[in-house]
Amino acid sequence: MSQALLEKIESQYHRKEPLKFSVGDTVRVHTKVTEGDKERIQVFTGVVIGRRGRGINETFTVRRISYGEGVERVFPMHSPRIDKVEVERQGAVRRAKLTYLRKRIGKSATAVREKGSRREKIKVPATPAAEVKAAPADSK
Amino acid sequence: MIGLLGKKIGQTRVYDDKGNEVSVTVVRAGPNRVIQCKTSARDGYNAVQLGFEDQKEQRVNRPALGHFKKFNAAAVKRVLEFRDFSLPVKPGDVLSVAVFAKGDYVDAIGTTKGRGFEGVMKRHNFRGGDMTHGAKGWHRRGGAIGNRSFPGTVLRGMKMPGHMGQVRRTVQNLRIVQVLEQDQVLLISGAIPGAKGDYVVIREAKKNPKTASKTN
Repeated sequence: MSQALLEKIESQYHRKEPLKFSVGDTVRVHTKVTEGDKERIQVFTGVVIGRRGRGINETFTVRRISYGEGVERVFPMHSPRIDKVEVERQGAVRRAKLTYLRKRIGKSATAVREKGSRREKIKVPATPAAEVKAAPADSK
Repeated sequence: MIGLLGKKIGQTRVYDDKGNEVSVTVVRAGPNRVIQCKTSARDGYNAVQLGFEDQKEQRVNRPALGHFKKFNAAAVKRVLEFRDFSLPVKPGDVLSVAVFAKGDYVDAIGTTKGRGFEGVMKRHNFRGGDMTHGAKGWHRRGGAIGNRSFPGTVLRGMKMPGHMGQVRRTVQNLRIVQVLEQDQVLLISGAIPGAKGDYVVIREAKKNPKTASKTN
C-alpha cells in the first residue's frame, strides 16, 4: 500500500513524453538554465554512457570531450530542467554501461560505431560547431 | 502547538516549480482523532489527546478500551498527547493533514533505526587505527580510555562501544513541501528518523512556529 502511494506521488512528476534515446547514442541535451530572471537553453552534446535507477530516480550520464578533457554530466531523467534530448546519431554498442570509453584517448574516445554499420570502419564525426560553443559543463 | 501522529511511508524526490529537485520524506499523518481534551481547570494542564490509525475493538486492551469508551471515541492504535494545542478542537473531531500548509516548518520526532551493539567507529565516529602500514589487529579500536593513577578512574561519559540506535530523536525545522489532503499525506523536505512504517510525530516547529493567523 505504501509503495503504491509513493509511486502515485512520484508519477505526478514523471515527464509526459519519455525521452527517447539509448546507451551509445550521441545526443544533444537541451537544459534550461536560469540566469537572474532570464531563462536560456544550454546544450550539452555527448555520448550516453549509461542510465541507472528507475521511476523518478532514473538518471543518465552523458560524456563528452571538452578541450581535450573528458566531461561527464548526469541528468535526472524526469527533471523539468531538461527541455529535450535530440539524438544526433545512434550508436551500436553491446554494453549497458560504456565505462570503457573513459580509458580511451583521442579519436577512439568519441567513436561509437554507428547503428547499422557494425562492419563499417569506425566513423569519427567532425566536431559540430555547437559543441564548441556550448559552455563547459557546470554543475547543476 | 499543532501536531499530528503519523507513519513514515518512505522517501522519494519531487521537483518544485523552479525545477529544483527536493528530497522528501512521505508521511501519512491523518486522520487523527481527538480523543480527549485536558484543561488546566480539571486536569492541571492543557493538552489534546490524539489517536491515529483505527483498530478493531477486540485488539485493544481493556484499559485502553475503557478510555476510548469514556470519551465515545473509536479505538485506535496509537494515542499521544500534545500540550497546549493551538487549534480549537473538541473530543470527536477529526484532524486532517490540512492543519499544516505548504511552506510551514515542522519538527519530526521518531525512533531511530536500531543498530545493535556497535563499536566506537560507527557509534562515535572514531578514527580507528590504520588498515595498513604494519597494523595488525588494531583497526577498529578506540584507544586509551583514561590516564594513570590520577585520576585512576575512567571519566563519566567516556565514549565506548555499546547499543546504538532505537532512541527517540527530533529533527527540527523541516519544511513541508506538499500537503496531499486526499491521501492524508505530507511531503516533508529531508530525512526523518525511523524506518518505513514507523510512527512519527509531526509538530509545528518549536523554533520556527507558523504565524498565529492559522485557524481550523
